[in-house]
Amino acid sequence: MTAKTATLTSGKGGVGKTTATANIGVALAAQGLRTVCLDADIGLRNLDVVMGLENRIVYDLVDVIEGRCKLRQALIKDKRLADLYLLPAAQTRDKTAVSPQDMVRLVDEMRAEFDWVLIDSPAGIERGFRNAIAPADVVLIVTNPEVSAVRDADRIIGLIEAEEKGPPKLIVNRMKPEMVRRGEMLGTDDILDVLAIELVGIVPEDDSIVVASNQGSPAALDSRSRAGKAFRQIAQRLTGEQVPFDELEAKDGFFGRLSRLVKSGGDA
Amino acid sequence: MDSTLEIKGSGDGLLAVLPDGEWSASVQALLTAIDQRAEFFRGAQITLELGEVEARAGELGRLRDALATREVHLRAVRGEHPATQEAAANLGLLPAPRVPEPPAIPEGEAGVEGEESLFIQRTLRSGHKVHFTGHVVVLGDVNPGAEIVAGGNVIVWGRLRGMVHAGAGGEDTAVVCALDLAPTQLRIGAHIAVSPDRKGKPRPETALIRDGQLVAEPWAIEGRR
Repeated sequence: MTAKTATLTSGKGGVGKTTATANIGVALAAQGLRTVCLDADIGLRNLDVVMGLENRIVYDLVDVIEGRCKLRQALIKDKRLADLYLLPAAQTRDKTAVSPQDMVRLVDEMRAEFDWVLIDSPAGIERGFRNAIAPADVVLIVTNPEVSAVRDADRIIGLIEAEEKGPPKLIVNRMKPEMVRRGEMLGTDDILDVLAIELVGIVPEDDSIVVASNQGSPAALDSRSRAGKAFRQIAQRLTGEQVPFDELEAKDGFFGRLSRLVKSGGDA
Repeated sequence: MDSTLEIKGSGDGLLAVLPDGEWSASVQALLTAIDQRAEFFRGAQITLELGEVEARAGELGRLRDALATREVHLRAVRGEHPATQEAAANLGLLPAPRVPEPPAIPEGEAGVEGEESLFIQRTLRSGHKVHFTGHVVVLGDVNPGAEIVAGGNVIVWGRLRGMVHAGAGGEDTAVVCALDLAPTQLRIGAHIAVSPDRKGKPRPETALIRDGQLVAEPWAIEGRR
């Protein structure tokens, strides 16, 4: 096995990087792919909470890098899926405890035993972000349909291009088709118009995500969750499957178009 | 091959292509053509294209003198024949290696003169900053959050949504053009403007200072200064 490494990052905080990492990790492992989710947000860890594995942490990423334990001692096996693992971040240290080279070495050590390594990047564009993207084969940009989140995503894409990481891919999280239809929220087209990168998923706003995160049971495990389904589709697309995008924004009758036309002054 | 005398304008004066055949006949045809429009040819710089025709140094020299009496300056002789090339070399008439000259810019349109240009062939994303003393040309978009500060003009072959300052040295003649001109903020020289809300489809526009006001005008070939 030679693991493919994907880093989820966003620039802006609170767009759903950690949620997306946990859910895509669950979805990949559910396909029978050996997957490790790595929390690179040293000092502000919470991937373990979202995955419901907090109480099993003994060693963390910094312990491995500083040689206090073996990698396999720090890896936490998921309680539901046999192929899912977590490498938690340290809570009592900060980002400078790790260098980009450390991350590359750490991930290289895992490549032989896994199919996928998912790295949850911290917000921002500083050391923690550099650490998180250093080992990445592919970078997944998570954004929300908000001008500020898209602006930060654009900045991050520029930085990734400068690192010659190859073109990143886009996940639009917390989409509200109703608001897009009323012209109150950026649509996927508006976002792609600015960012101009490949789209791998649109995740609808879904209350079940909040419940799932609080319970430490990612929504991708729940077959009824709409957001969970979107994350499962992202996992399928990452493994090379062609999955058509659900038409979140399409239910647009004659009156919807008419009201949009009136609102935009006839330019639609 | 049936060929006739051909005289055409080239980048650096006139080019005369002599017909194949007898040298004296070709020369006579050339001189006759010049005599018929003496006014036009007076003061002209002419280059001879001889092709395969063989011309000796003496013959070329006499032709040069004959042209000189008509106030036409024989500048160079080009030919395939070795004897012709040698004769031209002896008379100092070998064509100069072609040095591409920059296209002439009519005065008044140049904006900022004597400045270099920076060519950027990608999209400038948020956080990208370009500072350059000359002109800046972008083949791509300039996204919101990106910034261009140029001493000269700024041309964007794409959507301009970021911040642009042209003529940053205080040059009010600088212009900014884009296929879709919708910058966050636009500055030319000491003038500052924000884009008005646009109605309708984007179209190429030029922003410039006119009568002390920063204005955007639709791009049009006719009616330009």
